[in-house]
Amino acid sequence: MRIIGLLIVIAFGSLLRYGVFFFPEWGDPASPPSLHVSPHYIEEAIAETAVPNLVTAVLADYRGYDTMFETTVIFAAGLACFMLLRVLQRQVPECRLYRHIPTGITLRIEKGGKLPTESGSFERIDSNWVPHDLIIKSTSRFITPFLQIFALYVIAHGHHSPGGGFQGGVILGAAVIMYAISYDLRRSIQRIGEQATAVLGSAGVLIYAGTGALCMVLGAAFLDYGALAGLLGVDPVMARSHGMLIVEIGVGIAVSAVMVWIYYNLSSAGRHDEGL
Amino acid sequence: MGVELFSDIASKYNYLGVVILMMIGLYAMIAKNNLVKKIIGMNIFQTAIILFYVSTAAKRGATIPIIRHGHNGHGHEVIHAAEYINPLPHVLMLTAIVVSVATLGVALALAVKVYHQYGTLEEDEIRGQLRNK
Amino acid sequence: MIWELDFIILTLVIFSGIAAITVKDLLSAAILFGAYSFMMCLLWAIMGAVDVAFTEATVGAGVSTVFFVAAVFHTTRDSKD
Repeated sequence: MRIIGLLIVIAFGSLLRYGVFFFPEWGDPASPPSLHVSPHYIEEAIAETAVPNLVTAVLADYRGYDTMFETTVIFAAGLACFMLLRVLQRQVPECRLYRHIPTGITLRIEKGGKLPTESGSFERIDSNWVPHDLIIKSTSRFITPFLQIFALYVIAHGHHSPGGGFQGGVILGAAVIMYAISYDLRRSIQRIGEQATAVLGSAGVLIYAGTGALCMVLGAAFLDYGALAGLLGVDPVMARSHGMLIVEIGVGIAVSAVMVWIYYNLSSAGRHDEGL
Repeated sequence: MGVELFSDIASKYNYLGVVILMMIGLYAMIAKNNLVKKIIGMNIFQTAIILFYVSTAAKRGATIPIIRHGHNGHGHEVIHAAEYINPLPHVLMLTAIVVSVATLGVALALAVKVYHQYGTLEEDEIRGQLRNK
Repeated sequence: MIWELDFIILTLVIFSGIAAITVKDLLSAAILFGAYSFMMCLLWAIMGAVDVAFTEATVGAGVSTVFFVAAVFHTTRDSKD
């Protein structure tokens, strides 16, 4: 298998090497990809949409359909992970471990047993992640709000600087994932539950598609944000800029929720009890 | 001929890097036995394709695709297409990266499921267990 | 676009890619893949694709490494090749 694989790879590589002979030089300003449609985007985007970041303008406006279905694909992937891994019947674990916070003594309670009262001085710990690391917990608690603010900034400022819904959404999801890693999965699920991630994921896609449908209701083409000018009370050029912002917020919500959802299912193998 | 070949390589070494990365990814997908290694190979292949697209977007002497002084009063300067890097491949690849992490999640979920079913991630052992059934 | 820097980082990308698929331990492979993604992000930043580089830094070097580690945590670290 290894030899056959190597032969196939060498044949494939030499074919591609042969193809490279016909390429334009790297960085050639007159290469075919830079000649057809992109000069229009570069020269007209600022006059047509009032968005300086060309990537955002093309992503959310000129190629809005593309991005909408990419968001749908991400939501479908979250759904696929849920379908593959989630174990829905609740099973009683072999034993539960509790830590007495003031002294650090670990309590082991056999199958079926729980602590009699919800005592404030005990916390439940994972069976294979016993170390209690104060530095990691305090640092993550300190960083999380800044990370979330930065994520919102990246989403909101995507028109003028690198960033946008995808990047900001992933950072927002990563903040929740960091919380889940530094504390434990149960505490993170108490804050943002599984249902919330599923609802937010579909809500993000719905915001995107709903914006497009609203444009259609107002008499323009699907995702032609210029039609929103009357609703937003601005001229059609600024309406396209604001329409992009709405769409980017939808993308950010969907992406962050789906990242957290995939992480919950993957890190606990679908049990949502003990995780990474 | 030799000089020509050398100048060809020197001006297109980036595309040759793409070809090498694609070969690495394809080799890992075909010849590696472990499922997680195959998934890593798939991701290397994906990033190689993204690198190819980003390389086609590059322009000598151009700057990043964000219009200068765009936020305070646009329309004063004439914008030339040669001054900015082509944004279109960036857009296509930006979404491709996020989709690639979503497909990575699904692939790893499948690998975890396979491990729970068969107790191994090695392809030949899984095939042996299927044959013995 | 500085071609010397680009060339050095492209070489590093290729070597970390080879290392990620040859190392026996799957957790090391996951971390090497994170390094590969981060080098790739630098490469794109040099080429002027700032949005793509930003996405790769958050997605490839951040979240996908976490996904790999989570999957290895629930399967096994050993690999035959």
